[in-house]
Amino acid sequence: MAEMNKITQTLMEGDGANLVTLVSEALEQGRAAADILNNDLIAGMDLIGEKMGSGEMFIPEVLMTAHAMGMAVEILKPHLGDDETSSAGKIVIGTVKGDLHDIGKNLVVMMLESAGFEVIDLGVDVEPEIFVEAIKKNKPDILGLSALLTTTMPMLKKTVELVISAGVKNGLKIMIGGAPVSQAFADEIGVDGYAPDAGSASKLAKAMLA
Amino acid sequence: MFTVIGERINTTLKKVQAAVAARDGDYIRDDVIKQTAAGATYIDVNAGARIGHEEEDMRWLLEVVQGATELPLCLDSPDPSILEMAYGLVEKRPMVNSISLEKDRFEPMIDYLKGKDCRIVALCMDDSGMPKTADDITSRAKTLIAELENIGFKRDDIFIDPLVQPISVDIGNGQMVMSAVRTIMTEMEGVHTTGGLSNISYGLPQRRVINRCFLAMMVAHGFDSAIMDPLDREAMEVVLTADMIAGNDDYCMRFIKATRSGAIGS
Repeated sequence: MAEMNKITQTLMEGDGANLVTLVSEALEQGRAAADILNNDLIAGMDLIGEKMGSGEMFIPEVLMTAHAMGMAVEILKPHLGDDETSSAGKIVIGTVKGDLHDIGKNLVVMMLESAGFEVIDLGVDVEPEIFVEAIKKNKPDILGLSALLTTTMPMLKKTVELVISAGVKNGLKIMIGGAPVSQAFADEIGVDGYAPDAGSASKLAKAMLA
Repeated sequence: MFTVIGERINTTLKKVQAAVAARDGDYIRDDVIKQTAAGATYIDVNAGARIGHEEEDMRWLLEVVQGATELPLCLDSPDPSILEMAYGLVEKRPMVNSISLEKDRFEPMIDYLKGKDCRIVALCMDDSGMPKTADDITSRAKTLIAELENIGFKRDDIFIDPLVQPISVDIGNGQMVMSAVRTIMTEMEGVHTTGGLSNISYGLPQRRVINRCFLAMMVAHGFDSAIMDPLDREAMEVVLTADMIAGNDDYCMRFIKATRSGAIGS
């Protein structure tokens, strides 16, 4: 890409109204909706995720871009075939039992959805058994677990243990995150990945399924 | 007078955790002496991060910290059995951090607090999660105050933490918590409000600038305590200055003395 596409650039500026105009024009000029979605918009969100991870972009900017992304996707939806709306992968996510924090987890959900994943968000204070049931029901590619307190970190371990003992781990990848969590802790409890922020989480999810 | 709860002796901080693991008393003592000199009112002690070691770590920390300061301690744990042990080891009337309205936490903590002679930090958290409106905060605060008064606590010993949430995800989060503090401090006269303020700036650049400004604005709304780093000189300047401007420093004496001692100004 010699120069950033205008649609991508407008997305990164978080200018929803302008983005809708540009996307509509591109459709009128005959570009395929799937092409716009994948090569302009999702690629842009990947870039935004990276810039968030590196500290070049801040949460309010990312929220604006996600909002703009949502507006653009609404325009594209009627033009996408069934097979073209198939997602980058399916993710079940939630904050573990005993922990009521949702800000970080919600940002991760937003970044994952913007990156084209289908996300099943179980909310906060989620019992390990509920995660297992959701895995059985939805057959996700990835399980995402969040804990924001040192006192609920052990619940990450318990949840992972139950997922394994219930026999639903198989090819399922597990990723964790939250302020007190680290790569070392992820290694210790034997999960597949750790992400320090929402931008990195969506990148990690893509890498896991690549 | 503004109550500064010094937050530095917390095992979630890497250096503290390493010092505790190595039983490095000099590191802890040096830190506590500095917090005391900088104007802390309480020294918070949290030994929760080394999972499985909280009891022995807390026991060791209490001895070392009390050997280094005359200040009372703020006993920081969600576990009543740890708090029970800690209560028996403190020399001065402590603050306990904390109770909330989450069911699993509220009932054991109320049982623990019955008959104890201490002050208490009470979080405006319940099983539905973080507060979403100023009314959520004030109604939870009122419930906590009523329950604590019921078991004999005086308002002067209750420190309500309204739970600060980031403005990066909702621009109304600053106004929400400030107006709730104003309501609590006027309608529930005699209680205190406290808490960590740095969440306000999560997800934004220049966090220290935001935190400092927010501290001053909170004090203007009646906030009269904070869980903070007493060694953050600029934040301590804001505490003394904002508290004076809010009318809580008779004849401006604390401010003037702090300038003479060099705690304020360069």
